[in-house]
Amino acid sequence: MTAVADALEMDRIESHLNPPASYDLADHPVPTGREEIWRFTPLRRLRGILDGEASDARLTWTTTLPEGVTLTEISAEEAREIGELAPNDRPSALAAAQAGGAVLLDVPAEAEVAEPIVLRLHGESIDDLVWGRLLVRVGRHAQATVAIVHTGSARYSALTTVLVGDGAVANVLSLQDWDDDAVHLGRDAIRVGRDATVKHTSVSFGGDVVRMHANVEYAGPGGDAELLGLYFADEGQHLEHRLFADHNAPKTKSHVLYKGALQGEGAHTVWIGNVLIRKVAEGIETYEENRNLVLSDGCQADSVPNLEIETGEIEGAGHASATARFDDEQLFYLRSRGVSEKEAHRLVVHGFFNDLIRKVGIPSVEEQLLQTVEAELAKNLLKDASA
Amino acid sequence: MSTLEIKDLHVSVTTEDGPKEILKGVTLTIEDGETHAIMGPNGSGKSTLAYSVAGHPKYTVTGGSVTLDGEDVLAMSVDERARAGLFLAMQYPVEVPGVSVANFLRTAKTAIDGEAPKLRTWVKDVNTALGSLNLDPTFSQRSVNEGFSGGEKKRHEIAQLELLNPKVAVLDETDSGLDIDALKIVADGVNRFRAQEGKGVLLITHYTRILRYIEPDRVHVFVDGRVAESGGPELAEELEANGYEKYVGAAV
Repeated sequence: MTAVADALEMDRIESHLNPPASYDLADHPVPTGREEIWRFTPLRRLRGILDGEASDARLTWTTTLPEGVTLTEISAEEAREIGELAPNDRPSALAAAQAGGAVLLDVPAEAEVAEPIVLRLHGESIDDLVWGRLLVRVGRHAQATVAIVHTGSARYSALTTVLVGDGAVANVLSLQDWDDDAVHLGRDAIRVGRDATVKHTSVSFGGDVVRMHANVEYAGPGGDAELLGLYFADEGQHLEHRLFADHNAPKTKSHVLYKGALQGEGAHTVWIGNVLIRKVAEGIETYEENRNLVLSDGCQADSVPNLEIETGEIEGAGHASATARFDDEQLFYLRSRGVSEKEAHRLVVHGFFNDLIRKVGIPSVEEQLLQTVEAELAKNLLKDASA
Repeated sequence: MSTLEIKDLHVSVTTEDGPKEILKGVTLTIEDGETHAIMGPNGSGKSTLAYSVAGHPKYTVTGGSVTLDGEDVLAMSVDERARAGLFLAMQYPVEVPGVSVANFLRTAKTAIDGEAPKLRTWVKDVNTALGSLNLDPTFSQRSVNEGFSGGEKKRHEIAQLELLNPKVAVLDETDSGLDIDALKIVADGVNRFRAQEGKGVLLITHYTRILRYIEPDRVHVFVDGRVAESGGPELAEELEANGYEKYVGAAV
């Protein structure tokens, strides 16, 4: 009997690495820092977000909504009825509890929205504690691109759900371009419909502490998720990206590629790539890759890929992680063509990110990302010149 | 004018057992407009000579001198050497992912000339150089050396030689791994470079085959870290017939 129940997965088998999702704050106690999901995060620098004080401060939203796309305020109950994916850590559970309602971005079924939907979220001050709760719903067989751009400063904790309907094609990007002091704890979770395709890109440049989840699960077979990420940590910055691909349906795909650069004393990046292949998930394919380029002394890049496999009947599963400094042979090759050492560094970093930026699929954002990478490098070059 | 003068050059590499001397006193002068071939068995130090002249950090110069038109090459950084007019076509060109050939060539040209090339003429120059080496124009959109075939890598090196147009080119086994058609294309490129006034070439090779297409003024037999014998083009023919046995035997 037990064996049959196991095989049928009547009791949901939980991941060993990912605590069960729940709206109940009791399920997400205040962390001590020793928990698996908190051990890399500098809790003291979260500026009290985890205390969960009520606050009705908001970010300023500036939006570009193409025709047919709507943005409306809904109640917490409505959010859950629509199919919001429950919080999986304390900050996101607090966001659900304190946001007082949610915002729904709705792309109707079969709508083909060519122009990107851009949501610009701006914070005025680190003194503002802001709880955010957003649902993005891309209807069945619809196509849409959504870019969420964060600027300014705040203590911001947000719960975001992306529901991709059957056969839909969605491209979602979250850009963290905060001022130096911002703290951003974000949970993006994606539910991929049957035969739907989704691309999610998380880009973190600014902020004192940024900790982003990108979770994906499937509503049926045939879903395909590509999770991309790019981060550039400067002196003292903590940029953390936590991925979780939950293969809960057969013949689904997940491909993860995150690339980061670090420069300056105390620059810290964390990449956690968790993949769970459930018993039911036969014929799936998953690959995750994280690459870090360390540009100076005093940086730390943590990179942890985890694969939990409960069925061997799969197409493929693999991961790769590499953290390295500049390659001497690459630099020699470029310099032997007359290119100065600094310019050679610039070219290598440019190339390192360029490969990834070309996959983002939103031309206006790709251009901006290339420029920001150049600006980050220029900061470093200027610092060298003044030293 | 371009004279590359190498005098009593000693070079070591670091090994697990401490420093090991690879070049044991190399003396060689490439006069204005000359092409010299360096031939020798594997492990004789030919490539070490090429990389030492270019300034690869793996090699430590322990004695001797290298000058280009009287300027002290050894005192220059790797990129300064290139800007002074030295070019090294590598045996194993390095991949630079995400950097397009077009971007790379333009960055290098700008660095060598000290100013960005005029866009219109530059595009034409690049297309001409790629075309003459039988490289498709779409080649310039690919990442540097990434996924290139062996032949494409070598032809890309020679395209750079033509576009950067140095004073002295060191070609490190540019002929290895090429079929005869690719070899001819590469040799034509080198010969176009040589046809200009006062350009020097140091051609490092294991085989005499390339010397049928690029005729050297001088041939040096390189054995055990030094020049064992020098002569005219006829020395290459003798090596073709008899191989390196007589020199290798003498060195042991």
